[in-house]
Amino acid sequence: MTVEASSTHTAKLLTYPLNAWYVAAWEHEVTAKGLLARTVAGRPLALYRTADGRPVALADACWHRLAPLSQGKLVGKDEVQCPYHGLRYNSAGRCTGMPAQETINPSAVVPSFPIVERYRYLWVWLGEPTLADPAEIPDMHQLASDEWAGDGETIYAPCNYQLVLDNLMDLTHEEFVHSSSIGQEELSEAEFHTTHDGNSVTVTRWMLGIDPPPFWLKNMRDKYPDFEGKVDRWQIIHYYYPSTICLDVGVAKAGTGAPEGDRSQGVNGYVMNTISPERDRSCHYYWAFMRNYRLDSQLITTQLRNGVHGVFSEDEAMLKAQQETIDANPDYEFYSLNIDAGGMWVRRILEIALEAEGRGAASPAHGVAVPKTTATQEP
Amino acid sequence: MADKHVEWQDATVIESVDIATGVTRVVIEPARPVPSRPGEHLDVLVRLDNDRTDERSYSIAGASPDGRRLAISVSLRPDSRGGSDYMRALRAGDRLRITQPLQDFPLRVGAESYVLVAGGIGITAIRGMASSLRRLGADYALHYVGSSRDRMAYLKELEQAHGDRLIAHVTSESGRMSVDALVDAAPSSAELYMCGPIRLMEALKRSWERGGRDVTALRYETFGSSGWFDAEAFRVEVPRLGVTVDVRPSESMLEALERAGVEMMYDCRRGECGLCEVDILGLEGRVDHRDVFYSERQKAPNSKMCCCVSRVVSEDGSEDRQGLVRINVS
Repeated sequence: MTVEASSTHTAKLLTYPLNAWYVAAWEHEVTAKGLLARTVAGRPLALYRTADGRPVALADACWHRLAPLSQGKLVGKDEVQCPYHGLRYNSAGRCTGMPAQETINPSAVVPSFPIVERYRYLWVWLGEPTLADPAEIPDMHQLASDEWAGDGETIYAPCNYQLVLDNLMDLTHEEFVHSSSIGQEELSEAEFHTTHDGNSVTVTRWMLGIDPPPFWLKNMRDKYPDFEGKVDRWQIIHYYYPSTICLDVGVAKAGTGAPEGDRSQGVNGYVMNTISPERDRSCHYYWAFMRNYRLDSQLITTQLRNGVHGVFSEDEAMLKAQQETIDANPDYEFYSLNIDAGGMWVRRILEIALEAEGRGAASPAHGVAVPKTTATQEP
Repeated sequence: MADKHVEWQDATVIESVDIATGVTRVVIEPARPVPSRPGEHLDVLVRLDNDRTDERSYSIAGASPDGRRLAISVSLRPDSRGGSDYMRALRAGDRLRITQPLQDFPLRVGAESYVLVAGGIGITAIRGMASSLRRLGADYALHYVGSSRDRMAYLKELEQAHGDRLIAHVTSESGRMSVDALVDAAPSSAELYMCGPIRLMEALKRSWERGGRDVTALRYETFGSSGWFDAEAFRVEVPRLGVTVDVRPSESMLEALERAGVEMMYDCRRGECGLCEVDILGLEGRVDHRDVFYSERQKAPNSKMCCCVSRVVSEDGSEDRQGLVRINVS
């Protein structure tokens, strides 16, 4: 078989915008007791907190000989000491001490990246710092709200981050990948509706008067112990630039008005997903399952976390296998289906962002990690 | 923050215009453009007399958003080491070799307030920072020090762009600026970014340290290209090697020693890293310490010097007796 020309233009390996907020860690992972090494969008970071609790993200490479600062130690109120020759840097990344000399070289700086604590996560901005606006952090408020309870985990996914976004933007796969928990035939039978607006995309699917799959039957019975019968089920997928997808999912007793907005006779979950590319073929996938009923039950929190862990393990296995197959067939292309509409809008938004950074497929600096600048004086 | 490996590339001169007395603005088009950020500079391969080539650093004075056009400003100084003659002779269509933009002077976003100080041609590096801060709506003051208005590049444009935030200190009109007053007026939370002659920067540094301020909040870069005295010819002797060499005003002591066949160790060649230090065994004249490697305490006894930038000058009033330094090298 010879593939000479392709009728499709869907990138198999999408690079990541840098002018974007990515989750670097759960807030509890980063402390003032030690350093955490994590790579986000191709940039190795040394994460820590100052003595007064402020999070810091420094480039994880000493100015001098690029030894990893994350293997050093925290000293003083806000400083890191390089494990190799003892150079010290403050939270702004500026060198405060050097061995064997009385002065400090003016160029001795490691980059200190903007970092913001919000919704139980630490969000980092690796692109042009003058563009870093915390107002653009995606809305994940259910994670930190009194009206929602739940918990989550981190998956280390050995695949391009876009494959995870594809996965979450089309839940038809539940029927096949998650047949024992949330999958059911009605998923691929029900119509869905896609909309997009600026940097967000929404995919909505309702399945009315169906039998609840095992996962949702259990949740209904947590709220209504004697529940039997049909439900109306919804999946509303909210994507926010660059890589956050919140799934508004749930079921209500059939015919009680859920599609019209009255969800009081049902159970509602929010699956909070945010994916931080690590390198081209790996990402950290942070998720949590939040619910709006039986808020004080730690048992339910643990059961749901474990249940979703099981479901997502199935995705993880598929994503890994998919990346391996992609890499094993460099001469084959992606083709798209109608069910990919949500994922294709996500790709469009990311491609526009990459183009604006001069890193799109057609840009001369493609693949070069140089963020867009705002230093735009006419020469 | 040398965050990129240095890569050399071709570039084409688009235009060359005198924009102030003694200042030429050269706009170039790099073969491989990348966006540029405030505080960056280019290294340029310059051709000197006798067909020697050498590298010179020039701050980027402005760039188009895609980096396809970069402007640098070249100033003609009496003690030019030859690089500015080459640069000022460039005409539209000429080719040259440059690096990609290099960053050793990053502007930190998020400080409570900023004081920017430019002396003379140092405005080149500071101008881009000022316009970034204006766009960010930051609290900043821009001090621009010059000998006379006609020598101060970009002055009119800066007045228009920055209004009251620009404070021009013109020596011919109001005499020497008070460095202490400038530092005292800066808010305690301010970060100060400076670029200019070493005399101005040393004075600011001293005033900053005397005020007990956070030394990491004082930001600058050095190209080691200015001194306390004008460059003069002087003689270097290395008794252990039996070498004597005359250093021309247009070359560094390091270059002269290499020319004489002495194997030298160095790296930054701008007075920062200290690798090129030599021991001083004897001295006729004064050492013009142009480096930022030694502390004042270390410079005072004149027992060592960074030969990549520092020089020797004759004692005052003895113009016919040139300086001499006897050294040992590693």
